[in-house]
Amino acid sequence: MKKSKYSLLLVLTLVFSLILAACSGGNEGADNSKEEENNAASDVPQEFKMLDSSEIPTMDTVLAEGSTSFTYIGNVGEGLYRLDKDGKPVPAMSDGEPKVNDDKTVFTFTLRDAKWSNGDPVTAQDFVFAWQRAIDPKTASPYGPYMMGGKIKGAAEITQAGADKKEYDLNTLGVKAIDDKTLEVTLEKPVVYWEDLFAFPTFYPQNQKFVEEKGEAFASNAENLLYNGPFKMTKWEGTDAQEWVLEKNPDYWDAENVKMEKITVNVVKDSGSAVNAFEAGETDMTGLLSSDLVPQYEGDERMMSWLDASVFWLKMNQKNEALANVNIRKAIAMAFNKEDLATSILSNGSVPANYMVPKEFVNLDGKDFREANGDMLVYNVEEAKKHWEAGLKELGKTELTIRYLGGDTEASKKIDAYMKNQLETNLEGLTVELESVPFAVRLERDNAMDYDLQMAGWGPDYGNAISFADLWVTNGGSNRMGYTNEKYDELIKKAQGELATKPKENFEALQEAERILLEEDAGIAPVYQRASNILINPNLKGLVEYQYGPDYSFKWMTMQGE
Amino acid sequence: MGRYLVQRVFYMVITLFLITSLTFFLMKIIPGTPFASANKLSPAQMEIMKAKYGLDEPVPVQYAKYIGNVVTGDFGISFQFSNRPVSELIVKRMGPSAQLGFQAMFIGTIIGIFLGVIAALRQNTWVDYGATFLAVLGKAVPSFVFAGLLQYFVGVKLGLLPVLFWKGFEYTILPTIALAIFPIAITARFMRTEMIDVLSSDYITLAKAKGASYFEIAFKHALRNALIPVITVLGPLFVSLMTGSLVIEKIFAIPGIGEQFVTSITLNDYPVIMGTTILYAALFVVIILIVDILYGIIDPRIRVSGGKK
Repeated sequence: MKKSKYSLLLVLTLVFSLILAACSGGNEGADNSKEEENNAASDVPQEFKMLDSSEIPTMDTVLAEGSTSFTYIGNVGEGLYRLDKDGKPVPAMSDGEPKVNDDKTVFTFTLRDAKWSNGDPVTAQDFVFAWQRAIDPKTASPYGPYMMGGKIKGAAEITQAGADKKEYDLNTLGVKAIDDKTLEVTLEKPVVYWEDLFAFPTFYPQNQKFVEEKGEAFASNAENLLYNGPFKMTKWEGTDAQEWVLEKNPDYWDAENVKMEKITVNVVKDSGSAVNAFEAGETDMTGLLSSDLVPQYEGDERMMSWLDASVFWLKMNQKNEALANVNIRKAIAMAFNKEDLATSILSNGSVPANYMVPKEFVNLDGKDFREANGDMLVYNVEEAKKHWEAGLKELGKTELTIRYLGGDTEASKKIDAYMKNQLETNLEGLTVELESVPFAVRLERDNAMDYDLQMAGWGPDYGNAISFADLWVTNGGSNRMGYTNEKYDELIKKAQGELATKPKENFEALQEAERILLEEDAGIAPVYQRASNILINPNLKGLVEYQYGPDYSFKWMTMQGE
Repeated sequence: MGRYLVQRVFYMVITLFLITSLTFFLMKIIPGTPFASANKLSPAQMEIMKAKYGLDEPVPVQYAKYIGNVVTGDFGISFQFSNRPVSELIVKRMGPSAQLGFQAMFIGTIIGIFLGVIAALRQNTWVDYGATFLAVLGKAVPSFVFAGLLQYFVGVKLGLLPVLFWKGFEYTILPTIALAIFPIAITARFMRTEMIDVLSSDYITLAKAKGASYFEIAFKHALRNALIPVITVLGPLFVSLMTGSLVIEKIFAIPGIGEQFVTSITLNDYPVIMGTTILYAALFVVIILIVDILYGIIDPRIRVSGGKK
């Protein structure tokens, strides 16, 4: 059936291409010139073209909230720290490590001699200005208060005052310019991942004079921005621009290690079209491939794949009487075949998750977090059935109907249909009602706790397991499923408090917390850890991808000859 | 005529006002949050963000403010594109969509009318069947299938035309063809039916009897009358083409308004939803007016008048 329809279309296409061939011509040169470029191996131009799947929503560091913004901000700007080739934070605008007090709460940074792209020096005051702007309720930044609250001294209080429409003083924020080159940062309490914090785009500096001079127009296009990073933007017409250009910033302090001269980015939202553009030689690098395109490039040297630090799970809302029962939750968490889901449904390199804290994300002395904590809530129909029967008995019921909130994209509908089938097949008497909604609706219903089961994912904002563990503390901002466990809260509090300066104990406390959440409580039902795939010209080397903040760094990229 | 126009414009303004109001309240009923990081915001932050975008006020107050701003030409600031005035966004995005729509409409109607006419003139021959087959195919197969095939075969395999982007005339050819398939199909089908109808009427028989040439009968007498119902269909079709196609724009990476509109709805970008709806509605009522005036030009029996008895 399918085949015959396809061949019909093929004939038709041929007819059209004939018509076209007659009325066009003269584009043959495009393919050849590309090859010539590669042959001139000795002196390969250091430039490349890439595709992104969305526009840049903002280039204002204090307003940025998504990975696209973070990626370009990260490549044209720089904070006190910067993520290096291995994704580790290293001093950047900060000239070496800061001086830290005994409590590990006061950090004194000395800034290196660095310049903005207009020639002004980068000063301590630039940091103070940007951070105050990020926390100022008038700015209404999503990430400012999120990244600073409870960490930078005074941040949470300013946000609260803003919400209550009371007076506040931005100078109470724990950041001070001692002089032009000395910056003093005061934390609320020790933060174990403080280097990541200061590498995050929300904490980048901004040139006060420039921002105030531009007013509303600040960050509205490439001319209304200043750069202190490896690249500067030479073309970007604003937040809905479809094309932008990054060029090497000659004034960057580490410019000698930046080889790439020019990067041209275009927006292509359809993954299939991006692949077509790549095959036609119109680009050197695509955005993320949708999973249906991945299998055909399996084993192809042009496909680059990696495991993200993003984990997807079922949130189980304990406001629902049945889901408040631990046996029911365990039954659900063990009743679906994750292996099959990952290999047959996702089929893009994603792996089954029997954990909350992802693989290859954090380690202690080279030992992965996962190595010590192992697998939990593994797929096991027998166990699941036992828990299910016990749970039903405790509830005094023989059957249950549970709502399942999922996304409305093709990919998520496929996953959700599989989950429904697995749960209903393996748990007798269970009816799963699928609700497929757009992302914006899912977020709102998550907020209102208007769901029973919800397929949700989380990517970290800093390189510490707390970025995940913090989610499930009682009444935590992102909990929103009514999970509560005193022991768990205690461990997280310790990890963020007295153990914040002891890496080993901190690590172990978080592992213990994960065991409680999953093994004891089955608070969530982990499903899979996501993989990402792109197509990239094999001559293009040195792309670094990150697990949090920016998606990529282009700083160390080079284009090599054949 | 003048009086008629004034009256029509008055009704147009009322129509627009009603559409704007209805959309505003419907939009407020759509579930979902306009904040992309809603799962990370604390309740205090949520308060602050809502206040910034004026979402903390009761809906009737928001409505009154919005209407007041629109009257002064202020359509607000987009949520998803920070600091971007909606009017600027729409104007910029409208260009490619309108050009594409116009080109597709132009090609579509010419080919469609041609196919329809020859099908009718050669009724029940292989020409007729062939044209009808093409028309049915064009209507039945979604445009993204054509778009995908054109992109792959003409763009990637043959390398004849650019695969995607919007950087010059040659970039518009493939998307125009993909988008023109539907108007071709619609026009051809309508045209054929109308032509057959008209060709069997008395005055055509009379013209034949008077010895008018075949060409004269077909194009002078028959075509003009057969066009009237077609124009009724073409008006709205034109608007829908001008206002962009989500699918075509996405596949060929064209910065158009169609893709933008759908995205703004899924993201609950209220100001963009409103601005685009008002624009669409305005285009629609204007085109309908033009179609009505065209009737009178094509068929003198239809008179537009100001209702003076």
